[in-house]
Amino acid sequence: MSGNAALGEAAVLAGCTCYFGYPITPQNELTEHMAKRVPETGGVFIQSESEIAAINMVLGASVAGARAMTSSSSPGISLKQEGISYLAADELPAVIVNMVRGGPGMGNISPAQSDYLQATRGGGHGDYKTIVLAPASVQELADLVPVAFDLADEYRNPVIILGDGMLGQMMEPVSFDNIKPKKDYPKDYILTGAKGRPSRMIRSLLFDTKEEEEHNWKLFRKYQRMEQNEVRYETFLIDDAEMIIIAYGIAARIARGAIKRLRQENLKVGMIRPITVWPFPMKVIQEAAQQVSDFFVFEMSTGQLIEDVKLALNGKGHIHFYGRPGGVIPTPLELSRIVSRHCYLAQRRKK
Amino acid sequence: MKQIYARPKSLKEAHFHYCPGCGHGIINRLIAEVVDEMGLRDTVICVAPAGCGMLLYNYFDIDTLESAHGRGAAVATGIKRVRPENLVFSYQGDGDLAAIGTAEGFHAANRGEPITVIFVNNGVYGMTGGQMAPTTLHKQVTTTTPLGRDSNLAGHPVKICEVFALLDGTSYLERVAVNKPSAIIKAKKAIARAFQHQLKRTGFSLVEILSPCPTNWKMSSVESCKWIDDVMSKQFPLGIIKEVTC
Ligand SMILES: Cc1ncc(C[n+]2csc(CCOP(=O)(O)OP(=O)(O)O)c2C)c(N)n1
Ligand code: SF4
Repeated sequence: MSGNAALGEAAVLAGCTCYFGYPITPQNELTEHMAKRVPETGGVFIQSESEIAAINMVLGASVAGARAMTSSSSPGISLKQEGISYLAADELPAVIVNMVRGGPGMGNISPAQSDYLQATRGGGHGDYKTIVLAPASVQELADLVPVAFDLADEYRNPVIILGDGMLGQMMEPVSFDNIKPKKDYPKDYILTGAKGRPSRMIRSLLFDTKEEEEHNWKLFRKYQRMEQNEVRYETFLIDDAEMIIIAYGIAARIARGAIKRLRQENLKVGMIRPITVWPFPMKVIQEAAQQVSDFFVFEMSTGQLIEDVKLALNGKGHIHFYGRPGGVIPTPLELSRIVSRHCYLAQRRKK
Repeated sequence: MKQIYARPKSLKEAHFHYCPGCGHGIINRLIAEVVDEMGLRDTVICVAPAGCGMLLYNYFDIDTLESAHGRGAAVATGIKRVRPENLVFSYQGDGDLAAIGTAEGFHAANRGEPITVIFVNNGVYGMTGGQMAPTTLHKQVTTTTPLGRDSNLAGHPVKICEVFALLDGTSYLERVAVNKPSAIIKAKKAIARAFQHQLKRTGFSLVEILSPCPTNWKMSSVESCKWIDDVMSKQFPLGIIKEVTC
């Protein structure tokens, strides 16, 4: 199954009853899968007139109590940022998928990781954050979908699944066994008509600066809770590592191949792979920095993840970087060559 | 003593903030009256705009969600698809619906979404200080058309009802005004009729309401009301623009 279709199927199984989307390559298989599957389950599928409309339909469906999702790729996500900011401000759950392509502007339709900062910094206007999950295989893509919906409901906040064109379109075997039935989350905020209760009002407009400040602090505390509780990452061969690659998503997949080669050359290279790129796994990197002084950031952009690694290391350790932007997919061999050169230089520096 | 006039249940005990002579207060009240009279308070969900009407959630005692500027029809679509049994309406100004939200309004109408749009046409961007709106009349002076709207440069007043009437998804489109008692009675009937269309799921319904904005028209309330009759309704003719059998 393609990553896009697997993601869609996982969403349906996780209880997503509303999908709104606008076609954009390389994520069309997802929209097409939903067009068929969501109505079969009695849910709502709309091919919207734009990404702006889609995210605002998500907002409506979410406030009405449904598990709602939309998906797009880079230029479309830029349009969705308006709605994502409103969802965060209104404290409404939703899942937004970004299958990143080469940008900026129209760019191209090849896989890239150039939306990292947009995804992890809020992306839209205002002080807000979204949990961002970055899977590295089709199976993980499917597995993280129910997690994304649960986190969205738990925190009443939009959650982003950050993939890329390669993950979305590659075919791999996938099992949906990890999808647990949806938990019952309190829905004491949704709009149903004010029958038998006081009317409700969901808004982000707070003219009173004091109220607005309080609201922003309240949201901030929620983001702090996410930072404490929701960090996810995977480590690969870091126990004896002398150099650690930090990569996420498809780049981590490539890095894994490179590390296997490097290990054959007796170079002790390991990897820390953030699964949540926000909240970012700071601690594990800081812990690793007590033994390792060389970190290698690898991503398919000109260097965005590097900022978070710098923040985590806070001056400790050396950061090396290799990036290929514009939709170019480096091979494990290419990466292993670059890393082995850096290993050599690092060893020389130590002597 | 028999009480013949009271605050509708669907309105909170709050004072409107609108400028003196503004149509928004009248329209808010009309909607609340219709909701009460049709017994819909328990099932109605309102989508509020960006624009002078945005603070209506301080007044309506009904479930309400604020939407981003122009997105009301898309948000209402999302709500209505999840809750087809609820009455869902969006409240939108002319800048909101006829400029930034044209796509959302047009396509919700074209899909025949069984929602209602209350479209308040005051010919200007009220909230942001009286700039030109898509509905600003030819030669009308606004802060961004200081010499009057020049159609060669700024295009022509957009007739939403007439445009939407061409879409197969629309079921009820009426243009009314709130500049005098007789017009207000008609406006109320139109709102009720639009809601009936929604309840019967005949398609998309919209009531366009010509509404005075004395502040930005730089007229007195009385002059504004007269201007709607003498000038504005010539460009935007009142009456039912489209109705399919309901
Ligand atoms: C994306 C965005 N652009 C601009 C604004 C600023 N804005 C707020 S209300 C408004 C115009 C409202 O005019 P209209 O819809 O005609 O309603 P009125 O105030 O006249 O009732 C604008 C431009 C905004 N809130 N959001
Ligand atoms: S600016 Fe115009 S539309 Fe806004 S409240 Fe005042 S009179 Fe009404």
